Amino acid sequence: MESGTVNGAIAKLSTGTPKKPGFWKYVLRHRAFYLMLVPGILYFLVFKYFPLFGSVIAFQDFNIFKGFSGSDWVGFKWFEQLFTYDKFTRLLRNTLIISLYQIVFAFPLPIVLACLLNEVRSMAYKRIVQTVLYLPHFISWTIVFGLTYMLLSPSQGLVNQLIAATGGESIAFLQKPEYFRTIIISSGIWKEMGWNSIIFIAALAGINPALYEAARMDGANRWKQFLHISLPGILPAIMILLMLKIGHVMDSGFEQIWQFLNPATYETGDVFDTYTYRAGILQGQYSITTAIGLFKSVVGFVLLVIANRVSKMTTGEGLY
Amino acid sequence: MKIRRSWGEKVFDSANIAVLLLFCVAVIIPLLNVIAGSLSSNEAIIHSQVKLWPVGFNLKNYEYVVQNGVFWRSFGVTLQIVLIGTTINMLLTILTSYPLSKSWLGGRKIILLFIIFTMIFQAPIVPMYLLIKNLALLNSIWALIIPGAISAFNMMLCITFIRTLPEEMFEAARVDGMSEYRIVWKIVAPLIMPINVTLILFYAVGHWNNYFGPLLYITDRALQPLQLYLYNLISQFDMDSVGGGESLLELSTAVTPQGLQMATIVVATVPIIIVYPFLQKHFIKGALLGSVKE
Repeated sequence: MESGTVNGAIAKLSTGTPKKPGFWKYVLRHRAFYLMLVPGILYFLVFKYFPLFGSVIAFQDFNIFKGFSGSDWVGFKWFEQLFTYDKFTRLLRNTLIISLYQIVFAFPLPIVLACLLNEVRSMAYKRIVQTVLYLPHFISWTIVFGLTYMLLSPSQGLVNQLIAATGGESIAFLQKPEYFRTIIISSGIWKEMGWNSIIFIAALAGINPALYEAARMDGANRWKQFLHISLPGILPAIMILLMLKIGHVMDSGFEQIWQFLNPATYETGDVFDTYTYRAGILQGQYSITTAIGLFKSVVGFVLLVIANRVSKMTTGEGLY
Repeated sequence: MKIRRSWGEKVFDSANIAVLLLFCVAVIIPLLNVIAGSLSSNEAIIHSQVKLWPVGFNLKNYEYVVQNGVFWRSFGVTLQIVLIGTTINMLLTILTSYPLSKSWLGGRKIILLFIIFTMIFQAPIVPMYLLIKNLALLNSIWALIIPGAISAFNMMLCITFIRTLPEEMFEAARVDGMSEYRIVWKIVAPLIMPINVTLILFYAVGHWNNYFGPLLYITDRALQPLQLYLYNLISQFDMDSVGGGESLLELSTAVTPQGLQMATIVVATVPIIIVYPFLQKHFIKGALLGSVKE
């Protein structure tokens, strides 16, 4: 209890703000905890909040030599330019379509997978399937791109070997805009389907077995059991993940798209993130690309709030 | 308990097993295709004879990867980032999580909100890039370590876990005269070992697979980590950045770009594939903890 009295003595000596003497006394008494928080808070302040405040350059004619304080203010000039920019519609369209495809095709598959796994009777088989399907999650996008590149190579790829064997013409899949979105969605499913099913598998495992027992007594077959017990049981998890996905509609996954993208596929694949990297980082158009980033963040935030409200009204599930 | 299955159920069960098998095959085929190619002869690759089994088995491609100094330099850079980065990640995550696990601590809610907000509302890339530039961290491995020092998500997992430890234990330690810092390192850190393993894995795999960071901040070839090297190798096959140029030209009859690319992909994936089966259950535990809603 020695430290307690020392703390008290220090508290008495301190000349904190007279308005709230209790506040400083409290902080001082528990100073060990607050000191531990200093590096963490500093980290979030410098690397998360500072760039957020740095986004003011979206309202400036930012000049790297003049800095944040020296650059001229231009109001909403960049946003106006952005919304009237001919490429903007293409970026917005590609971003939204890829996200929409992800929600329609990639989002339901882990749910289906979890439900199928839930019906498997052999535990050993279930475990083997899980082990295989979780693996791609840990393989980097670079490697996934490499695998796809080899598989789809027009000269040596396995897919084109098959096309050739059936008498077709070989196709340079990665150079064709019409295949780009399909490749992005498929490779995304390949990588994340298994991993994303974990949450649903856990939700299914958490359902009270007595419910199934009772349903069987009432003569419900497995399909009926699935429809009336399993599905409602995982609905909360589905809603929460769907909301998070909707909040990220404007982020299309830079790491993935950037690697698959090339000038031949800009038409269907160039999204906000890839454009921001090209125009902002590589060409130094800092202000307008920050305006894009800010636009994305605000839209994502608003969508998340709306999705949460809609979900609360319809299913009673919400993030907060 | 044996339940009699109807004819329809039997059909469903078989179909179910078949569908799941199909998923597994779809995951394995691209991997097998690249492994087979990397072990095949030059001629077999050029004449597109390789499918899922090596044709004209040889290890030539691997010989070049093993001798390629630039590849190993990138491998070393990545290894360095994984080791230093994960250490810093863990120290800061545990240090920040411990006070925030105390529900009685004044201001805890505000600080948590302050941190969670960064998960929901992310700063645009360009100001982040300018910050790193102004801090003179461009072309330094610290640019790949410090900006991701704490993952808010992993920190939440850690807080959730620490909260399961009984407060009486901390009280007892305090009565014994232990300072809070000693409590963190001597009591909390060892007791949360299961979550430590999970977080170390998440952070380490994150560093190993990081590609966006190096793309933004690293232009110096001597500092390019493995993923950036792989990207240059696969999408550009640019001799300068790929390395091993001279020996490669000399023996260009022995290896093809595809063969070399495939062998490099395999070598870069092997570390993950080797550790994965042993650590799978820890990964899953982490993924499940994330779904616990407070």
